[in-house]
Amino acid sequence: MKQSFYKRIGESIYSQRLPNGLEVRVVPKPGYAKKYAFFATCYGGMDTRFCLNGKWLDTPAGIAHYLEHKMFDTKEGNALQELAKNGAEPNAFTSNAMTGYYFDSTDHFEENLEILLSFVSVPYFTEESVAKEQGIIGQEIRMIEDNPDWQIYTRMLECLYSSSPARTSIAGTVESISHITAETLYDCHKAFYTPSNMILTVVGEVDPVHVVDLAKRILPREGGPVIPRDYGDEPETIAQAETSRTMEVSCPQFLAGFKCRPAGEGEDYMRLSVIGDIACDILLGDSSPLYLRLYDQGLINTSFGGSFEMMPGIAYLYAGGDSKDARTVAAEIQKEADRLVREGIDEAFYQQVTRAAFGSNLRGLNSFENIAVSLTEGYFHGYDPFRFPEVFDSITKEDVTAFLRDNIRAERMVLSEIVPPQT
Amino acid sequence: MEVTRKKLADGVYLTCLPARKFKTSLLSAQFVTPLRKETAAACALLPAVLRRGTVTYPDMGSLAARLDRLYGARIDYTVRKKGENQCVGFVASFIDDSFTPGGEKLLEPVADLLGELVCDPATRHGRFVPAYFESEKTNLIDAIRSLINDKRDYADSRLLREMCAGEPYGVPRLGDEAEAERLQPKKLYALYQELISTARLELFYSGSADRRRVEQALLSAFSALPRDVVRDIAIPRDHVARQEVLRIEEAMDVTQGKLGMGFSCGSSDTAALLMGNTLFGGSSNSKLFLNVREKLSLCYYASSLYHRQKGLITVSSGIEFDKFQQAYEEILAQLEAIRKGDLEDWELEGAKSTLLNAYASMGDSQGKLENFYLGQAATGQSETPEMLAQQVREITPERIFEAMGTVTLDTVYFLKGKEAAE
Repeated sequence: MKQSFYKRIGESIYSQRLPNGLEVRVVPKPGYAKKYAFFATCYGGMDTRFCLNGKWLDTPAGIAHYLEHKMFDTKEGNALQELAKNGAEPNAFTSNAMTGYYFDSTDHFEENLEILLSFVSVPYFTEESVAKEQGIIGQEIRMIEDNPDWQIYTRMLECLYSSSPARTSIAGTVESISHITAETLYDCHKAFYTPSNMILTVVGEVDPVHVVDLAKRILPREGGPVIPRDYGDEPETIAQAETSRTMEVSCPQFLAGFKCRPAGEGEDYMRLSVIGDIACDILLGDSSPLYLRLYDQGLINTSFGGSFEMMPGIAYLYAGGDSKDARTVAAEIQKEADRLVREGIDEAFYQQVTRAAFGSNLRGLNSFENIAVSLTEGYFHGYDPFRFPEVFDSITKEDVTAFLRDNIRAERMVLSEIVPPQT
Repeated sequence: MEVTRKKLADGVYLTCLPARKFKTSLLSAQFVTPLRKETAAACALLPAVLRRGTVTYPDMGSLAARLDRLYGARIDYTVRKKGENQCVGFVASFIDDSFTPGGEKLLEPVADLLGELVCDPATRHGRFVPAYFESEKTNLIDAIRSLINDKRDYADSRLLREMCAGEPYGVPRLGDEAEAERLQPKKLYALYQELISTARLELFYSGSADRRRVEQALLSAFSALPRDVVRDIAIPRDHVARQEVLRIEEAMDVTQGKLGMGFSCGSSDTAALLMGNTLFGGSSNSKLFLNVREKLSLCYYASSLYHRQKGLITVSSGIEFDKFQQAYEEILAQLEAIRKGDLEDWELEGAKSTLLNAYASMGDSQGKLENFYLGQAATGQSETPEMLAQQVREITPERIFEAMGTVTLDTVYFLKGKEAAE
């Protein structure tokens, strides 16, 4: 087993690739009672069109999420119960590009890990159980449709993208999930839940050798082929400049989104992610001149914030919150980016912001879930997230200015608004 | 590494939670004051206004820059309800000294900043800066109104308000909108002076520094804190169970209905009620989750919460409008099953391990530790998580059946769609 040390952040990782292609990582955390396991496949809400056995398949929107729900069914009953009996807190999530299953527990860790690896690798569906799930997921979809935060975000993505599957909700729609059958679920499981498309990350005081032995014993001996996916041919231009919808909210909310150039894989991916985050802080973070000015003018409140996101084939920066005048705020963001590009970023402010960003990345290492999810993302994209101090060192003010110049442009901006009913 | 609680000054206590395993340290300063309808909004507004500026860092810009330079230290204002007390103050989190690239010490400067936020706010003519007062007042009113944006939280809060109307426990954490609208700068400043001199101050530290260094840093940071006669904290009174169930319905433009049910508990066996609630709807292995959600597909979520400080259990669920009666009956049927002892061994074992796991892992999160020990201090209790875990280990099934036998339905709240109402 390989062991890597990261002196600047006080962490280490054991790693090994098994013959079936599964990557296993163990991050020791001495002194913690809790142990955490995260078992993930590189398969998410965006992977609806892919090539299996030489044939291109179009699967219904929401199928990865549906599959996640159904994986907990086992021939004997339900894996949730098995884990909960041992006091473990199991759960799962589906994002755009991955599906992850996890639990944390203080006792019976290896027993729980065995249950996790088994139920995720052995599918068990019947037509009846698949049909029944439509009620549960249908309710989940209705619940998120009532959520203004979700509405505003989804509608922003629809404005930004014309062909990328990021346009469609991860959970799909009540209509799209009605086409899901046990057979499609088995197909998707076979294609994507193969050890060579997966990674197991364990965080806590656990013997790495036991983890590897257990994975070898439970999982299939051979991995599957690489599955080509199709994310559409997304143009550089936005699909639609703005959208607005009325909902029962207390005050108007908005998100302004900027369509950014996507990154390549490997360390480039990580660099762009860090550059995008720093650009976001400099442009509109809590200590930025723009934030302070808009707050003083009463145009934004503490709900205001922004973020930079990357998904397969796409990247975008967005910001928003409550505002009585979304249009002005959006225009001010654009103007501030132009100013920064024209005048350059103040050196002292740049140092201050990167210092804070370093602290915030370090803080993230308190969270086992965050460690596991970022190692998983790093593995799928070919970079090592624990090298963030070195990546920080390599980024300059000019990288950030170039990012703003290329991406924060009026023609790349969309505006999504939710407004209360007029009384 | 033992947890200690020590009196630093009149009505000022420091709880030290030593730990070396975190990347960060936590410092918290919390005033504990009885929750009252008349003052809740004002107390909630106070830390927000204080967070805007101090004498040395008079505006958000200079404060934010200061925190950035302390390697992205965070100081958040907090407003929490613990039993029938309101706890207001600040929680600071900053990277541990061993990870600052230049070996800088952060405990002392962060403690100083915390002390300054409390004792030396930016003022003008003997009051808070008018612009800070006004904008934070607007933010508070917006925050109170925005509860409606998340229908699940909204329904949970409405249930509690109706059930405990007239009791401090029914007062929302942030107070109500009408009280917030009435707030005046002069009165708020008077309340501030009274609060910092008469309310109990609970301080918390979690991190790698030794206790004496923490005490020194805090004594120095809070040396300007005025202390008068310190008032008692509120001890929660038992909820008086209703003779007849209170039923509330409300219609809104939503696609999913929310059913909330409030129960009062007649037993004082808190450990047995805690277990009973875990079996009922407190975990993903509970009767509500497995039957109402998984088996009958009646809802997307159904869970229950035991309010230990007040002796209540509340159920929260999201359902289709026309499933109201079915879900309502099924929830009551599941409660009845626990009372009758209709439980399998694995359910008991599972509930026990869920609770033991939660207590054992509490020490792994600085935020959870601070929140737990604040709750204990604010309700006059002193058990450690380990002691509570021991109580759980000793519970017998008979005690659970008996305690759950005293649980009676008190209030039902239903949020339905507009079309369904017509």
